[in-house]
Amino acid sequence: MWPENMPQNASKGPSRGLIIDKTRMGELVQELADRIVAANPDLSEVTLVGIRTRGTHLARRIAERVAKSVGQTVPVGILDITLYRDDLRARIDQPELLRTEIPGPVEGHNIILVDDVLFTGRTIRAALDGIMDLGRARKIQLAVLVDRGHRELPIRANYTGQYIETTQDETVRVRFVEDGDEDSVILREIQRP
Amino acid sequence: MSLIIKGGRVIDPVGGLDRVCDLEIDKGRIVRTGRGLSGERVLEASGLWVLPGLIDMHVHLREPGYEYKETIESGSRAAAAGGFTAVACMANTDPVNDNGSVTDFILSQARRRAAVRIYPVGALTKKLKGEQLAEIAEMKVRGVVALSDDGATPMNAEVMRRGLEYASTFGLPVIAHCDDQNLSRKGVMHEGAVSMRLGLPGIPDAAEACIVGREILLAELTGAALHIAHVSSRRSVALIRGAKERGVAVTAEVTPHHLTLNDAALAEYDTNLKVSPPLRTEADRRALVEGLIDGTLDAVASDHAPHNIAEKEVEFENAAFGMIGLETSLPLLLRLVHAGTLTPSQLVQVMAVAPARILGLPGGTLGKGVDADVSLVDPDRVFSVDPQTLLSRSRNTPFGGWELKGKAVCTLLRGKKAYEDREWKSRQKVSS
Amino acid sequence: MAWGKRKDLLGIEDLSRDEIETILDTAESFKEVSLREIKKVPTLRGTTIVNLFLEPSTRTRTSFELAGKRLSADVINVSAASSSILKGESLKDTAWNIEAMNTDILVVRHSAAGAAHFLSKVLDCSVINGGDGAHEHPSQALLDLFSIRERKKRIEGLTVSIIGDIAHSRVALSNILALQKMGARVRIAGPATMIPLGVASLGVEVTYDMDAAIEGADVIMMLRIQKERQGAHLFPSVREYATHFGLNQQRLRGAKKNLLIMHPGPINRGVEIAPDVADGPYSIILDQVTNGVAVRMAILFLYSGAAQ
Ligand SMILES: [Zn+2]
Ligand SMILES: [Zn+2]
Repeated sequence: MWPENMPQNASKGPSRGLIIDKTRMGELVQELADRIVAANPDLSEVTLVGIRTRGTHLARRIAERVAKSVGQTVPVGILDITLYRDDLRARIDQPELLRTEIPGPVEGHNIILVDDVLFTGRTIRAALDGIMDLGRARKIQLAVLVDRGHRELPIRANYTGQYIETTQDETVRVRFVEDGDEDSVILREIQRP
Repeated sequence: MSLIIKGGRVIDPVGGLDRVCDLEIDKGRIVRTGRGLSGERVLEASGLWVLPGLIDMHVHLREPGYEYKETIESGSRAAAAGGFTAVACMANTDPVNDNGSVTDFILSQARRRAAVRIYPVGALTKKLKGEQLAEIAEMKVRGVVALSDDGATPMNAEVMRRGLEYASTFGLPVIAHCDDQNLSRKGVMHEGAVSMRLGLPGIPDAAEACIVGREILLAELTGAALHIAHVSSRRSVALIRGAKERGVAVTAEVTPHHLTLNDAALAEYDTNLKVSPPLRTEADRRALVEGLIDGTLDAVASDHAPHNIAEKEVEFENAAFGMIGLETSLPLLLRLVHAGTLTPSQLVQVMAVAPARILGLPGGTLGKGVDADVSLVDPDRVFSVDPQTLLSRSRNTPFGGWELKGKAVCTLLRGKKAYEDREWKSRQKVSS
Repeated sequence: MAWGKRKDLLGIEDLSRDEIETILDTAESFKEVSLREIKKVPTLRGTTIVNLFLEPSTRTRTSFELAGKRLSADVINVSAASSSILKGESLKDTAWNIEAMNTDILVVRHSAAGAAHFLSKVLDCSVINGGDGAHEHPSQALLDLFSIRERKKRIEGLTVSIIGDIAHSRVALSNILALQKMGARVRIAGPATMIPLGVASLGVEVTYDMDAAIEGADVIMMLRIQKERQGAHLFPSVREYATHFGLNQQRLRGAKKNLLIMHPGPINRGVEIAPDVADGPYSIILDQVTNGVAVRMAILFLYSGAAQ
């Protein structure tokens, strides 16, 4: 499910390899932070919840930018969606289960889920279930760095860094300094044996 | 019509013979051994051992009463396939062989259906209860060769003492299954490090040794002939060795499984390894092998104990005790021969000569004029044990899938074939 | 984290230290879930768990049941008393009936050692040993480790005394193996009738003296005394046992200040442990119950994937 009205910031064509570099990635995070600030006048009710593990990195980055821009600290939580996945029993290897840590209550709060890539929408579906089990949020929004299309569920992000046109045979990988890589987004063809 | 067994290695410890030669049989009896013998029929035996028919002095044939486990017919066929020409069967049937009519029944079944000689062992006490002596003289007249409450021990020492005395009156040895039932209680395996790890109730070695000690002292007191069944522990070996040094009339047997396995084998709760007495430690196993070599243990007996699959495919604690052994006994003992632990002549000693001597049976030799009970053994034949192809009616062996070297290929009873290995037979045809 | 593909949890014996740590770490996440208002996650939706309890045990069964339900699995309890399919059946027949229910995970409690091994060989589903005879009770040992680690922040280097009928206790054996794998020093104590013959092979310290067992211990685990065992000549009377091997305030005078006292339950108050000790400041007996659910959720979660 690709959005009907393609936004101007969609990247076109079959460019492979490095598609977003360190500088551009910094700009996109800043844009996300700015739009979140603009759309949420009462930042004191906002909690950024990163989906393990790369969503967490992005959520922290956004929180830093918000703090720099408007001087307000937005709490960052971590959500592990392993328990909510719908493909758990089909997987061959056991997934790793880590703790979910949300600072403060979910009840009545404005939760912004943060993830690096939006693809089929299944991860977000699981994250929504996970958040709702923690309490009844007043509002739940979604921020992603990259939307690569091919949705399998009716899910859309409120804040998208960049749309990237991809095929099913490609993978989009967002890299972070936190994991020992250089900040970047890489598009690759899936290696099939 | 004479038969020549040609060019085999004839091993007859009683006759002091161990060499490659021919053996002549006529009218069901051994005529002579020698080179270049000729006769109307010839069995080519080069590469084979020619042994006096093996004798298993301790088996359970289950008839009457438990024909679904084994019958005299099926058990005797298994015996013949294992190289045996005679077996002594224990009294724990239903009804118990504690009177002359049951003895008669067993012997009449044997005459009609058995492939090998069947020697019944009578019960020492009525219904094996360890309370009142069975009708021993009556059974002796009908043909029992020994007395035993095998499966249990008379816990009352007075009963055992009188049993030994009364049995000696009629020249019958008493075979003692040594197990202090208060000490072994609900035990299902040897008590020690392994039973602790497996959480299974244990049977201490003292449960056997206490009774071995008691029976030896009673034999010493009464002068009766005592035979200790299936010795399993090094403490029992030591007690028997000491008794023999003192000149007590005691003999003893050991099973192939106790000589081969130890309690560590039970790690997977294989109920086929549940036997009474239990498999003990490696130190015990070694002591048994040593005892066999130095003659403390006189004989090898299988304690062939068939059980239906339903009695074994259950929780370990609820499974029946015992394993079948007639068809694996000789191959397992041959492992000791191949390893150089036992000489071929010692093997014949413990599997034929000693059992005949202890029970006072004919056989155990290839001497001139004796019945031609002969085992032809291919010591190098490698085969894999397949429980499904065994001739016993039961399948409860833990040796399924084991690769063994050496087996009986032809068993002669009074000069007639009681068993022939199929592969060997087909080769005979081709060569003749 | 280390997790190989494992079908069955039959005993601590088969687990590596890494695997034990994975189970404990995973259990921490589930403990977080069980502290939530909504204590249920959809993880094992569509998974069928059968609790086959052929020996009475309300505690362990309830704990596994709750763990399964919190993971959204379908949980079926089968007990010897309640089920007609089991009357007169062999364990093998029972196993086949369970298979026929399309079971994914079977939790089995049985009075015979090796029963879980037996079932694991016959069945394709995951088999979790919920206690087999005097053999093992792995989920109990894991929850005990979890409770110790939660309080002490480590297990390595601790001295743990296990007191009672070691010879006939699956809890003792699983705990001895688990604690040793995690680097703890294990002491066992009780009358000699309750110390197994093969104990030397375990590498534990053995004492018949309660004061020696308590002194310097970081953790004391008391085992439940089965009163029926009086008939088995293990001890002459409950009163004598309580006097000489029971844990009471007086004995604790020589104990470490931050001692933990544990008991797998159910407790015979006044026999192996005095009531004021069971309810006292050292006791973490209730933690054990709470943690039991989280640890069993972790077990069900980790073993569920392997059944595929
Ligand atoms: Zn016996
Ligand atoms: Zn027997």
